[in-house]
Amino acid sequence: MFRRLPDKTAAGVVNFTIDGVRHVGRRGDTVAAVLLLSGARATRVSAVTAEPRAPYCMIGVCFECLVTVDGVGNRQGCLIAVANGMRIETQKTRREVGA
Amino acid sequence: MAAATKSEYDCAVVGGGLLGASIAWGLAKLGQRVVIVDEGDTAIRASRGNFALIWVQSKGLGMPEYAAWTVKSSNAWAGFAGQLRDQTGLDVCFERPGGFHLALSEAELEARASQMNRLHNQPTVVDTGTVMLERTEIAKMLPHIGPDVVGGSYCPIDGHVNSLRLFRALHTGLAQLGATYLPNHAVTDIRHENGVYQLVTANREIHAAKVILAAGNANMHLAPLVGLYAPMLPERGQIIVTERVQPFLKYPVVTVRQTDEGTVMIGDSREERTTPDGMTTPINAVMANRAVRMFPILGSLNVVRSWAAIRVMTQDGFPIYNQSTSHPGAFVTCCHSGVTLAANHALTIAPMIAAGALDEHALAAFSAGRFTRRPDVSQVA
Repeated sequence: MFRRLPDKTAAGVVNFTIDGVRHVGRRGDTVAAVLLLSGARATRVSAVTAEPRAPYCMIGVCFECLVTVDGVGNRQGCLIAVANGMRIETQKTRREVGA
Repeated sequence: MAAATKSEYDCAVVGGGLLGASIAWGLAKLGQRVVIVDEGDTAIRASRGNFALIWVQSKGLGMPEYAAWTVKSSNAWAGFAGQLRDQTGLDVCFERPGGFHLALSEAELEARASQMNRLHNQPTVVDTGTVMLERTEIAKMLPHIGPDVVGGSYCPIDGHVNSLRLFRALHTGLAQLGATYLPNHAVTDIRHENGVYQLVTANREIHAAKVILAAGNANMHLAPLVGLYAPMLPERGQIIVTERVQPFLKYPVVTVRQTDEGTVMIGDSREERTTPDGMTTPINAVMANRAVRMFPILGSLNVVRSWAAIRVMTQDGFPIYNQSTSHPGAFVTCCHSGVTLAANHALTIAPMIAAGALDEHALAAFSAGRFTRRPDVSQVA
């Protein structure tokens, strides 16, 4: 559904994984952007209703893009730049306190 | 002359927060033509900063009538929420599982037990069912408590609500009932001529047969314009909000509660300040530390927001409901607990105002006359 627009400035390449699968992005991409670009649909489930959710506002306001980054849960994917070796995991179960 | 005495509105409510909106909604439900005159978005808007508890257990020490008034509202809340839902389709998420006050040391537990004893030993005080519980009994209901929790008090008629939805439901309901809401209309003067109240604002004058002051701490300045008295003493409180997590906290604790949307709210501060600007890190740290000692698993949660807000508070902490003797049809309402008492304001106070007079017998304790009768409070005109 999403595709990368042609970019005049050539940014460096970044390697990371989404749910254990290797992906390549560009330096400066956010976690939410690379998730959408990877074709991911639901990237988490609601903590209360277990409803599937996905990145929405992309500016840090709506908290819809919460994912696990390098083992830390419920991080705002739209506010984090991808880095080499980063492990991004979608949240398939409800976020639990103490988990 | 007939044109000059005719009012556009039956009732002008000054203040569109939870107190003003609750009274206005109750009045509009009874067919009154209502206008709500409010300030703009730069106003302090104290009721937006609330913790959303419907809280009974600690109310009424020093004024047993306040305990009865609070119990009455707690008992009326389910019906009130039902009426809002039936009218607007909005669920305000009212729940009344009972609530806790937790003690983190033997000294705190003793102080709490003594406070509850003094409250319940007042002659004529209503029974709220509040009990002191040992740690082991609390752990059965709140399995996540930490080792520092030594005991606490539990009241079966404490509860909570989604206060943002309550606010939205009231204003949606008001619009549906044909009430007029006027933001950016700060009232600068109130005149009374030919039986009509004229509310002066920078934009226009609003005319009404009755005027109800529900402007929070600003009542202090507005009340004397209509021969009333509202001594206020604002306090500042701070709140921390965590990320949303799977529901784990079944009961609200006075300083920690999990909302219907999964966030955990932590609020445990009280300062004498009159502006909400600026969080203070030491206070936040103490609040967070106490919350984590109560529920250690909170320590792993991300904080997503924190804010400071002003509490509306009268000088003795108890509500004020008065009607003016010099200005017939003018009323003043002040209270700290705009959520807890919302059901009373909509279903008891509003009908009295619609009928033209407060029940002086039922509300005698809440007259501001109590301040002028006390020797430590200076006499006012």
